[in-house]
Amino acid sequence: MELKTPLYEMHLKLHGKMVPFAGYLLPIQYEEGIIKEHMAVRTRAGIFDVSHMGEIRCSGKDALRNLQQLLTNDFTDMSDGQARYSPMCNEQGGTVDDLIVYKKKEEEYLIVVNASNKEKDYHWMLEHKFGEVVFEDISDKISQIALQGPKSQEILMKLSTDIPEKYYHAVFDGMVAGIPCMISRTGYTGEDGFELYLDNTYAKTMWETLMEAGKEYGLIPCGLGARDTLRLEAGMPLYGHEMNDEINPVETGLSFAVKMQKEDFIGKDHLPDKDSLMRKRVGLRVTGRGIIREQEDVLVDGKKVGFTTSGTHCPYLGYPVAMAILNKEYIKVGTKVTVIVRGREVEAEVVPLPFYKRTK
Amino acid sequence: MKVLENLVYTKTHEWVRFEDETTALVGLTDYAQQTLGQLVFVNLPQEGDETVTGESFADVESVKAVSDVYCPVTGVVSEINEELLDAPEKINDTPYEAWFAKITDITEKEEFLSPEEYEEFVKKEME
Repeated sequence: MELKTPLYEMHLKLHGKMVPFAGYLLPIQYEEGIIKEHMAVRTRAGIFDVSHMGEIRCSGKDALRNLQQLLTNDFTDMSDGQARYSPMCNEQGGTVDDLIVYKKKEEEYLIVVNASNKEKDYHWMLEHKFGEVVFEDISDKISQIALQGPKSQEILMKLSTDIPEKYYHAVFDGMVAGIPCMISRTGYTGEDGFELYLDNTYAKTMWETLMEAGKEYGLIPCGLGARDTLRLEAGMPLYGHEMNDEINPVETGLSFAVKMQKEDFIGKDHLPDKDSLMRKRVGLRVTGRGIIREQEDVLVDGKKVGFTTSGTHCPYLGYPVAMAILNKEYIKVGTKVTVIVRGREVEAEVVPLPFYKRTK
Repeated sequence: MKVLENLVYTKTHEWVRFEDETTALVGLTDYAQQTLGQLVFVNLPQEGDETVTGESFADVESVKAVSDVYCPVTGVVSEINEELLDAPEKINDTPYEAWFAKITDITEKEEFLSPEEYEEFVKKEME
């Protein structure tokens, strides 16, 4: 039995095509369709219900020490209101999840995790906690609405003065149109954008208020489909695709968030450095005919050299791309590969990531 | 949703236009293209391929998914609509002109739906 977010009725009203995802019923798209939704976020603005995501509060005297031990990134130099991305590894260096840590103040953090992993993550944290710390899963109380796209700041400015100035920063006790919420400037689309965290009871009002404010900017509701094509076009890895229990974050290309110089953390002993890395995530651009999806074999000279992890047609770029994990010898930009798509050969080439980068 | 009078239809949402007893054009219906959303790629069979009633002979891809297209007749592919390879959006724009393949030497046919029956069928499916 799938759960419903507080915006479920709203999605039905907007003719969202509802599908089960991570235990919830969520819109994969609305009436405009994935491509128009995707383009709206690239050129104007889009609004997403991401209430299914998990929020875990971490507080106490030893909160920071716990984060340092649990996660691969370093949180010691964070200022209040700052956000930091991090993988969370298992003992073998594989990835339990990737998440964002927000520092509210000394001894109090908010961790935002992937919807499909929230229970696994919460239990992992409880199993490994030490000292004076409390982990509290507050996901069920919190709705999350994402506003993404080049016009998102203008839209939000009509409703609030609590706008984080810098990327990867948040205002914890903010107000948007009189509704208390946390406003963060992060995103998963490759665009400038905001995520609003608020009590479930305000979700519907907030959604309607944002939609009304965004009307003149061409804001439209966007579903899971556009969310995935946007993140893929922006070259962002997704848990369960570009990383999992068996793919470590260095292989995923997340070494910027793996701080080997810091003291011990879970998985450290098994994480490779750049020289001992056996395989790595790359971007592929389809040069032949076809669309590559995930879990397809990648060949060079008839020999399997890796597998794809995600793939789609990119609505903004106008061509299909994929991400793949390839053996080290084949990760160089320009390498020509063949991908077996449902028994047919599709030619592709290794290209730099991200596929799309916004111009400021 | 448009259903044309001079065609016959399948329950898997292909339309068939018979030129004579053993020759037909096959495409996807308006309802099918609407359901699939904007198409970004199509795979067609090759000329000379033999088709079998009810088996996949082409596929279409939207941004999110790939869907098989079934051939409702047993025969031989004598011609494909190459235009679609470069412009799959034609299936969305003009579904009844965007034929996938011309099948000749037809020896076997599926039980087709008349335009009225197809309309009824889709209505039920939409409920």
